Amino acid sequence: MTYFIVKRLAIGLLTIWGVVTAVFIVVRLAPGDQATVALGPDASAAEVAALRHTLGLDQPLLVQYLSYLGDVVRLDFGDSYRFGRPAMDQVLERFPATAELTLAATVIAIVAGLILGVIAGKKPGSGLDRAVSTVTLGMQALPPFWVGIMFILIFALQLQVLPSAGGGSLANLVLPAVTLAIPFTALVARMTRSGVAETMSEAFVQTARSKGLTETQVLTGHVVKNSLIPVVTVVGLQVGTLLGGAVIIETVFAWPGLGSLLVSAVGNRDYAVVQAATVLIALCVIVLNLAADIINAKLDPRIRLEARR
Amino acid sequence: MLPAGAGTGTVLDRVSFVVDAGSTTGLIGESGSGKTMSAMSIVGLLPPGAETAGRIAWKSEDLLTAAARRIRQVRGREIGVIFQDPLAALNPIETIGKQVGEILRRGGMPRQQVRARVLELLDRVGIPEPEQRIDVYPHELSGGMRQRVMIATALAGEPQLIIADEPTTALDVTTQARILRLLADLRDREGVAMLLVSHDLRVMAHVADVVVVMYAGRVAERGPAREVLEHPRHPYTRALAHNVPAVSTKSAIAEPLQGAPANPFDRPAGCAFHPRCPMAQDRCRTDVPVLREVEPGRFSACHFAERVES
Ligand SMILES: Nc1ncnc2c1ncn2[C@@H]1O[C@H](COP(=O)(O)OP(=O)(O)O)[C@@H](O)[C@H]1O
Ligand code: SF4
Ligand SMILES: [Mg+2]
Repeated sequence: MTYFIVKRLAIGLLTIWGVVTAVFIVVRLAPGDQATVALGPDASAAEVAALRHTLGLDQPLLVQYLSYLGDVVRLDFGDSYRFGRPAMDQVLERFPATAELTLAATVIAIVAGLILGVIAGKKPGSGLDRAVSTVTLGMQALPPFWVGIMFILIFALQLQVLPSAGGGSLANLVLPAVTLAIPFTALVARMTRSGVAETMSEAFVQTARSKGLTETQVLTGHVVKNSLIPVVTVVGLQVGTLLGGAVIIETVFAWPGLGSLLVSAVGNRDYAVVQAATVLIALCVIVLNLAADIINAKLDPRIRLEARR
Repeated sequence: MLPAGAGTGTVLDRVSFVVDAGSTTGLIGESGSGKTMSAMSIVGLLPPGAETAGRIAWKSEDLLTAAARRIRQVRGREIGVIFQDPLAALNPIETIGKQVGEILRRGGMPRQQVRARVLELLDRVGIPEPEQRIDVYPHELSGGMRQRVMIATALAGEPQLIIADEPTTALDVTTQARILRLLADLRDREGVAMLLVSHDLRVMAHVADVVVVMYAGRVAERGPAREVLEHPRHPYTRALAHNVPAVSTKSAIAEPLQGAPANPFDRPAGCAFHPRCPMAQDRCRTDVPVLREVEPGRFSACHFAERVES
């Protein structure tokens, strides 16, 4: 177990190094450098050159890369030139809002998705199964921005029961969280459904029945746990995706999260912020995947064995 | 008694046999002949959507029409089941102790007592050092040990009847012999009745008191095991036993028979065995032979049972 975690963390560090490098390259390949964008079209060549010098942009790429790596190791991403503050502070300020939204959407999706998936998968091909499959297909097909706008129209403008924009309170959280949870729920439901349907045909389910268990006891005692591994993996990945910023939803609901910060930072060539945000997100993704793998190893003793090899 | 059937195809047709208290009845036949279905229908463990007709008399009640709740009471506590492939039949992510003791725990027995009882059961089925094994997972055990766990699971509820569906098929030959000895022991020591499904004639000759020979979802022949295997009264049984010079010594799988087994979904008219039967006459192609008593205690579903030579 310890060996497994250490190994996975080492791979994680390598991954972060890859991410950091990729971001460095992409950011510098993009047309228009930071100095030009910052000073605007009216700036003189001398002014631009001076700023480039201050920012170190006139140095050879390799030197820039190495000094950048050194900073990253010290978790120093430099100042956001737009806000004149450390980029990481900027990012960490926005992170809780995104985490809160993600957590809320994830809890909804896991609870609703598991329930839907189990009732669909316990009898593959049944009326309930087909109903759930139709509903989840719809939930995945609806464009989230449209759902978000509809929610605002209905609940904020028409019924006036929930606020339409902003963050900070539980009421503010409901609409964006539910909007995000809709396709996520469908994903969890579909994974659960196929896992449960597959498990239902396993011989040990007959064994459980032969002990006189009710169908509900068979499901809760034997089937669900055996169906969870792909669900856990997908939830881990999806939570990572949501942490990376549900940009559209954050925009629709004016949610003060990471997504909107990242979009504006990219638009403004605010390298420092882009890099800080990307590294933080990559770190979260790695930790989440590791968590998913540890949960799966706890669920299935055979996985532990494989990790030891 | 156990006639069942009908669906998109009648898989089992007029199957009937009796399992006496404390004795072992063997169900034998090529694969696909309906042995598993017959056995599982007793405790209502048929594939979803299966339709049934007839009667399954358990002591004084009919399990086929009994309430679902009552069937669940019977399962495990009155009739235990041992499945063919112990690796598949055990939950891969629960310890064997938990699985063997599940029926006891759900019956309300306190945890400590369940553990003691499980250790006792593991010991009873010949698992060495039960304390070391009780908390392991199925994949950490050998095939033979897994089947012992499966048997312990079936014994936990102290059933009066155990249904064992090909309990040794997934095991190597030496292990097969050990498991068979264990099953025979359990029957002798504890007087548990057993319904043993197997396509291995040797298994039958060793363990069964009575055999029921099945062909294409029907009973071809029924009677005392040794008599049936040594002096068959049905050409199908004869063909099975014929391939085994000494039924009592060799391992004998009832497979290498000329021609393909009839599919119960597409059963030939008349006697289902007629396309493969060396004795077939015109009558066999049209008339379904009924199971009849051809000599005391011997039943055969062949028009010409009296002419079958052993
Ligand atoms: N789940 C199922 N659905 C439909 N038919 C089945 C199913 N399982 C078995 N059968 C059919 O029922 C017949 C009897 O099967 P089975 O009782 O398993 O035979 P045996 O145990 O003698 O090998 C076979 O023809 C098989 O194809
Ligand atoms: S009834 Fe006819 S075909 Fe069937 S086993 Fe007897 S002789 Fe053969
Ligand atoms: Mg079978």
